[in-house]
Amino acid sequence: MTTPLLSVKDLVVEFQTGDGIVRAVNNVSFDIPIGKTIGIVGESGSGKSVTSLAVMGLLQKPAAVVPQGEILFNGVDLLKCSESKMRELRGNQISMIFQEPMTSLNPVFKVGEQIAEALRIHKNLSKKEAWEKAVHLMNQVGIPNPAISAHKFPHEMSGGQKQRVMIAMAISCEPKLLIADEPTTALDVTIQKQVLELLFKLQQEYHMSMMFITHDLGVIGDIADDVVVMYRSNVVEKNNAQNIFKSAMHPYTKGLLACRPKLGANPRRLLTVSDFMTEEGKEKVIPVDRVQVFDKETVADKTDHVLLEVKNLVTQFPIKGGFFGGTVDQFKAVNDVSFKIKKGKTFGLVGESGCGKTTLGRSILRLVEPAAGSIIYDGKDITHFKHEELRQLRKKMQIIFQDPYSSLNPRMTISDILMEPLVIHNEGGTKAQRFDMARALIEKVGLNSNQMNRYPHEFSGGQRQRICIARALMLRPEFVVCDESVSALDVSIQAQVLNLLLDLQEEFGLTYIFISHDLSVVNFIADEVGVMYAGKIIEMDKASNIYKNAKQDYTRALLSAIPKGETKQSMASLV
Amino acid sequence: MTKYIIRRLLYMIPVLLGVSLIIFVLFNVVSGDPTAVLLGRHATARQMAELKEQLGLNKSLFLQYIDIVKSAFTFDFGHSWATKQEISKMIRQGAYPSLCLSVPAFIISTVISLFISVFVAYYRGKGIDLFVRVVCIAGMSISALAYILFFQWFFAYKLGWFEISGFEDGFPNFIPYIALPAIIWIVLSIGPDVRFFRTVILDEIYQDYVRTARSKGLSEMTILLHHVLRNAMIPIITYVVIQIPSLILGALLLENFFSIPGLGGMTLNALNSSDFPVMKAMAIISSVGYIIFGLISDILYTVADPRIKFK
Repeated sequence: MTTPLLSVKDLVVEFQTGDGIVRAVNNVSFDIPIGKTIGIVGESGSGKSVTSLAVMGLLQKPAAVVPQGEILFNGVDLLKCSESKMRELRGNQISMIFQEPMTSLNPVFKVGEQIAEALRIHKNLSKKEAWEKAVHLMNQVGIPNPAISAHKFPHEMSGGQKQRVMIAMAISCEPKLLIADEPTTALDVTIQKQVLELLFKLQQEYHMSMMFITHDLGVIGDIADDVVVMYRSNVVEKNNAQNIFKSAMHPYTKGLLACRPKLGANPRRLLTVSDFMTEEGKEKVIPVDRVQVFDKETVADKTDHVLLEVKNLVTQFPIKGGFFGGTVDQFKAVNDVSFKIKKGKTFGLVGESGCGKTTLGRSILRLVEPAAGSIIYDGKDITHFKHEELRQLRKKMQIIFQDPYSSLNPRMTISDILMEPLVIHNEGGTKAQRFDMARALIEKVGLNSNQMNRYPHEFSGGQRQRICIARALMLRPEFVVCDESVSALDVSIQAQVLNLLLDLQEEFGLTYIFISHDLSVVNFIADEVGVMYAGKIIEMDKASNIYKNAKQDYTRALLSAIPKGETKQSMASLV
Repeated sequence: MTKYIIRRLLYMIPVLLGVSLIIFVLFNVVSGDPTAVLLGRHATARQMAELKEQLGLNKSLFLQYIDIVKSAFTFDFGHSWATKQEISKMIRQGAYPSLCLSVPAFIISTVISLFISVFVAYYRGKGIDLFVRVVCIAGMSISALAYILFFQWFFAYKLGWFEISGFEDGFPNFIPYIALPAIIWIVLSIGPDVRFFRTVILDEIYQDYVRTARSKGLSEMTILLHHVLRNAMIPIITYVVIQIPSLILGALLLENFFSIPGLGGMTLNALNSSDFPVMKAMAIISSVGYIIFGLISDILYTVADPRIKFK
């Protein structure tokens, strides 16, 4: 057996925090052979990103310490290398792609310059040569008109293009090892598929080794040879990808595999990691009713009562121009959209970023003003409701946003956040009664009620989204818009939140509009699905039909972009 | 872009009208009869009436307002009540010593502060960073008067390195006169400047693109000077450019203590002798200065940050 390119042995990384020492990586060992891809899977906080930063030598010192372990790269221990030696390796032999393409590029430099920079320092190319190479690389990663695009600034490109630029930058010096840290998590599923294909193609061409970090096992199946599963700072399972997908050993891995919604055969509730293992990590037996496949068709419609009807809705934004900044044109974000939702049902809206689905959700709640058409809620035309009428209506209609990190006021405690809607609408009686309501709801969404006096930053992303859900439910609404409410969450957490939304719908008879870019998620939760493209709903059908009989090419493209959770052969056929 | 600049310059018209209205209300309506102050307690009614006639104070309020508006657009401010000189000439004379002091002091203090901030940002969290921060706070906590009096007594009087006060026209004759006040200026500005620049630079250092730059293998200094500083430029430009109008107005305290015949001293004299026309002139000039340099800093944004575009 040849020596692997990278060999991590018994790595321990600890962080010194105000509350003492936290061990982020505990005795982690794995090898990456030359030309192979290793997938590292785990949820946020499992230590996978810290491991990659340790390989890059980019741990934030002095807070991070490595008391034990070796990271051998070509036989050299990177942990013992000087900073100047590490700088020679970084970007040259080992390079990295990060999760967030929006913020990972320097906003004030042309993308061509940013790609050329690494070439100039590592390969001693002249300014002109480096630029030409950068244009060539941009062509290779599939950016159209590379000679012109190289002069663009990051804000002039889409998220997918920016990630391609990041990839061009990372491969510019033909590295031996490429570390990709959640490279597709911030992207729409359709873009994710393209980026994965690109990475796979480049890996073959350059014969690179790749360390691919993700929270989604489904993504990694397409691309990895071996998989390392991390859970709470430890490696819990290591195997080749086929074995992981066919016969996972560890209950956590089984949970990760099960929690992604699959098209077609869905159970009533998604399985989650907690169905497979106890808090202490012991394996559990899954109750039979949890895995029963559930056909939405068989459940008779309890009601024919239409709660919401949208008729020919148009929402537009002015395009400013002219000498005194007047409006020169209108951009129709929502263009002639009509649909109905029955009480207690879920309408799923699916489409890529910028298709107008968020604007549609906000127009319905009258958070943005529609320009034409009408919104009929519970038999009343609410399109032109003003002040007091609108205030009364807002009690019944709530929204849960995408980003649980920025949609909770960081200076308010959880109990204040939850009680605020009651205070605004002067409901819920005395302060003590309001607090009791908040406590009941926080327990309902699965949090501990003795954490009510804590602040948002003390909670994880999934917990915060639960708080957002509880806040939306405080006024006992009938109708809730979930705007990409699970997109920022790890798949394992996503499954829990989806289940919670379904439980709450059953208990309170809620009606949802569920907005997402991921058709598999929408297909799982919704009764009816509308596919949105360029401001219009181009296809609408029952959730159980749409994946079988998609009529539009666009819908089929969305369907095929969903990670299948299969192994590498499927991708190899593409190259 | 040209369109944008023309539009912004046109916006100056309503702003100047507003400024002249506020100045007019302050001086002609709210404040008392200036002739009583000018002539002293023993003035007769006839003297006061004559002076009023002379100063144009018996015109209708509307016409008086028109006069102010006119002066705001023509920069013809009439004559000083106290010195009887033409005000535009006084300003031209006073601007030279003021600028001799303020421009070099301002440029040197900004450059030194930027240099120190990049240096402490490089050593952030280490002993030297803490030391510089403590020195900055300590320096800011001491009154400007204390610096002026001590420096004047020690360096000029005791050691005799500089002239104690006064001014002489022409380069390099003015250097011994302005050197000490300029040094005090620099000492006074470094504290707040370094604190501001350091914060702005450190805000950028934790951004994702800095991590990307590190992953390329760039050295920390290259990252700071090339990547971080360029992004920190927007708040720095705002902070620096908006100080420029005040350079023209002169340094009230420094010019007085060092007897430099600049605009700061002139304004102080005008305040002491209720010389309304001079005060009005300085108020109008400073607002025009702020409008123009506000525009210049906006234009500089587009140079520093490609995301900002004006149409």
